[in-house]
Amino acid sequence: MARLNANSLGVAQEIIARYPVPRSALIPLLHLAQEQEGYVTEDAMAHIAELVGVTPAEVMGTCSFYEMLKREPVGEYMVNICNGISCHLLGSSDLIHHAEATLGVRPGGTTDDGKITLEAVECIAACTEAPCLQVNYRYRNRVTADDFDQLVSELRDDTAKVASHGQLAMVRQHIGDDRRAGVSPPDGQGEPAWMARNPSDNGDGS
Amino acid sequence: MSENETVVNITVNGQPVEAKPGEWVIAAAERAGVYIPHFCYHPRMNSVGMCRMCIVDIDAGRGPALQPSCMVEVSEGMVVDTTSEQTRKAQDGVLEFLLLNHPLDCPVCDKGGECPLQDQTMAYGPGESRFVEEKRHFEKPIPVNDLVYLDRERCILCDRCTRFADEVAGDPLITFQDRGDQTQVNTFPDLPFSSYFSGNTVQICPVGALTAAPYRFKARPWDLTEVESTYPNPMGDRVVVQASRDQVLRYQGVDSDAVNWGWLTDKDRFAFEATASELRLHTPLVRGTPLGRLDPGGSELVETSWGQALSLTADAIKAAVADKGPQSVAVLGGARLTNEDQYAWARLAKGVIGTDHVDAQLDDGLPAEGVLSLPRATINRACTPGGTVILMAPDPKEEQGTLYLRLRHAIVNDGVQLIELTPRATGLSHLAAFRLHHRPGEAAAVAAALMGGDIEAGPDGDIGGTPVSAVAAAAAAIANRADQPLTVVLGRPSLAEPADFTMDAVAELVRFANLLSAGGRPGIAFLPALHRGNVLGALDMGLAPGLLPGRITLADGGPALAEAWGSVPSNPGADTRGILQAAVNGQIEVLILLGADPLGDFPHRELADEALSQVGTIVASDLFLNPSTVRAHIVFPAAGFAERRGTHTNLEGRITGQRQIVTPPGTARADWAIATELARQLGADFGFGAPEDVWDEITRVAPSHRNLSMEAIDASEDGVVAADSSIAFTPPDNATPVPHVDAYSLRLVAARRMYDRGTLLQHAPSLAGLAPTAVLAVNPYDFDRVGVEPGADVQVISNAGEMDMPVVADPGVPRGTAAFGYNYPDLDVRDLVDPDAMVTDLRIQTR
Repeated sequence: MARLNANSLGVAQEIIARYPVPRSALIPLLHLAQEQEGYVTEDAMAHIAELVGVTPAEVMGTCSFYEMLKREPVGEYMVNICNGISCHLLGSSDLIHHAEATLGVRPGGTTDDGKITLEAVECIAACTEAPCLQVNYRYRNRVTADDFDQLVSELRDDTAKVASHGQLAMVRQHIGDDRRAGVSPPDGQGEPAWMARNPSDNGDGS
Repeated sequence: MSENETVVNITVNGQPVEAKPGEWVIAAAERAGVYIPHFCYHPRMNSVGMCRMCIVDIDAGRGPALQPSCMVEVSEGMVVDTTSEQTRKAQDGVLEFLLLNHPLDCPVCDKGGECPLQDQTMAYGPGESRFVEEKRHFEKPIPVNDLVYLDRERCILCDRCTRFADEVAGDPLITFQDRGDQTQVNTFPDLPFSSYFSGNTVQICPVGALTAAPYRFKARPWDLTEVESTYPNPMGDRVVVQASRDQVLRYQGVDSDAVNWGWLTDKDRFAFEATASELRLHTPLVRGTPLGRLDPGGSELVETSWGQALSLTADAIKAAVADKGPQSVAVLGGARLTNEDQYAWARLAKGVIGTDHVDAQLDDGLPAEGVLSLPRATINRACTPGGTVILMAPDPKEEQGTLYLRLRHAIVNDGVQLIELTPRATGLSHLAAFRLHHRPGEAAAVAAALMGGDIEAGPDGDIGGTPVSAVAAAAAAIANRADQPLTVVLGRPSLAEPADFTMDAVAELVRFANLLSAGGRPGIAFLPALHRGNVLGALDMGLAPGLLPGRITLADGGPALAEAWGSVPSNPGADTRGILQAAVNGQIEVLILLGADPLGDFPHRELADEALSQVGTIVASDLFLNPSTVRAHIVFPAAGFAERRGTHTNLEGRITGQRQIVTPPGTARADWAIATELARQLGADFGFGAPEDVWDEITRVAPSHRNLSMEAIDASEDGVVAADSSIAFTPPDNATPVPHVDAYSLRLVAARRMYDRGTLLQHAPSLAGLAPTAVLAVNPYDFDRVGVEPGADVQVISNAGEMDMPVVADPGVPRGTAAFGYNYPDLDVRDLVDPDAMVTDLRIQTR
């Protein structure tokens, strides 16, 4: 179990500084924690609670609401095969069976080498490309059994060019000081700068 | 024209109803006598519309539509129909949904018989469920803390407990977790719902999901009898006391708008366990031999009759008065008794025996005359929207739990600004507009600057340890809101220093009070947050030196009362410290302890110890034997809360009734009866046959209580508030000088925690284990200076003693200060406090 490391902590502070109220940074920080460990540890939740000034129970409440925030270790790659109606009609059940046989795990399970976690998910909104799946939330369209085998071998030897689970983007968003919106003091005394009304605006449209 | 005076006219089930602007439809209907079934709506919390049970037909001009009445504000011309076919069908459907996953274990559920879900299913719901699938399953009750169990299968996710934890108590340690049909209320793993107010969630849970450990499986609701009463704490929280087979089994908070809004602290809610303790005194005890024979010098306390115990006491008092005069008899305590008990003892001591050596406070409060001379505030005044509260007291979260809840609500929701003038952070600090944490003992300088005196920095560029800029800003904030009420919550913030410092600060506040009340402004008033049950009643009833019943001094009220009583003491007596000192000097022959434990509570333990050994006869009237009463020569078993009736006075001076529901153990008697009987043996007939007789006399002789008839008290939902005293505030002659603290020491602040070594608490099995272990709290920045590591076991040395304890970092403790609990069960801070010094400085070293 791990709290946020020094590197993540630096990023966390930058993220918190973007918001007028620290607790607004809660979900981005949960993603950050997931990026660090591949899942959100309880220690990380407690750490985030300290950083944004809420209780660990409130962090847990938010974290447990979202399916994509994992609270247990998962493989380096999440393979989510869609089992929505379009995909189902075009053979996703067969694809899931094939995946189970190939990987040797049931949906929800992780391969022994810790590389791949298989999930069968509800519609992921790519019905025109059915049957489809996601690898760490990147789409693969009109997937056949052969495509799947190819994908698995690429994932196993790390040639698939997919970031490991938790990493949301290859390039981290960074907002320089010169481009950052002004934010209010953390006490909430006064509105954030971007909400503050122009002093000459007396609110009646004149 | 204020908003409150306008009226919104709506129609509920065909009747015209006058609603208040902004009122929820459900509340307006309820006031008009139309009950709309609901689970999640609670009048003291924000509406969330979780349960959907309160949906009714509401027509706000665009035709009737089903809308949740707890989320829709009344509007002019609105038509509400709670009985339409559509409403009925919706209620039926909502109940069927709520019951999908609700187990049908009502026969073994504690809530069965008083369960809103059960009742409403009977009244509005389907007779049968069409749901044949497996219900969801969770581990059956899991503890969310030491007192409360949670059965997640029964939970209907109404959000009441989680809202209470977040909105009311400010301890959001239980939340909704997971999603969809797996949603559950839970804590963070291994982080319990450690709130002082957790028991309230059990009371407001509309199903049997939350149950309290002390009540689980103890009774069925239909076997309970109940009376409405007043819990004997300084807030005077209104409660319903429920009992079965002559045993108190539960307290439930009553929503008194003026006082506790239905909330109780866990300490008070579950203290009923002590009432039924096996260790309660049930028979009078006197000194005797191990074989039970009477022997004044005997080593044991042996059982005897009331007659024997009373005549021995009367003889001892007569002998003492004859030998050394009336002032050789002293009375300590009485702060936990009813007003009637207190009056009877006061009349016995001052009117019959003739001693003024009487004190209900054990030197752990504030001077009685000073407290009575201040204009008294009500809780509602303190919570007036837009008002200002100065907190100059120990942490209300630790000592006055429901006052904390009221103040918290006022700050969060009604824009009350809190100015904290305390030696350390409190449970309200994070909500305070200004946190003026002064060095221990230096409140007066800050108070003076705050109230319009010169803001003059001390040698370190601060005022009493508080930054000049903060004091100036707070002073400006007070001036800005001078047309709103200013209320001071006043108490003894630290027991490591004398009350003089606090009274010096009060003198500064009073000095500038005229400025605040000029031009018809509401001015300043005080809420005395003193310790122990009915301590404010004790001051009103004259259980304090120099005072007589009715908030009047011996000098002013003596002549009038002498007519009623026959006589009053000629000279003012001493307070507890003076009495104990006199005892050490051999001047006290008989010491009467009324539920008092000077050895446990008096700040100077050695003095109390020596005094008890010097006194010829110690007489105690108590519920339990405590360290002081085991040394008594005569012990009377007293009736406690719920075992006697009478009245109670809270910190506002509000008088409310207490009622009896169970019989006292053994032959225990109410204190007024003991005092009356003793008086008879001393040749005075009080003529009291019932507590009502005592109250009747109080309303005749006590100036502040004139015309406060029992009928008037009972008739008003919130009791009546006694009149202010005519005593004028006498400022201390000279401000008490504060010694300078050296660079290597930390100045001690010692205040009470909620769970402690108190006698009542230790006899309540569910609460006894909750007291924290002793730690010394120090500012994180001070560790380098004193050269220790946080968490280390250290040796703490003062000029009075030394002890070993862990030291922890606490940013709520200002730099240069060290905080310690006054009443930890394991370590006694009195071993460190030098009773003759004004302040206590500690040095810390590693062992």
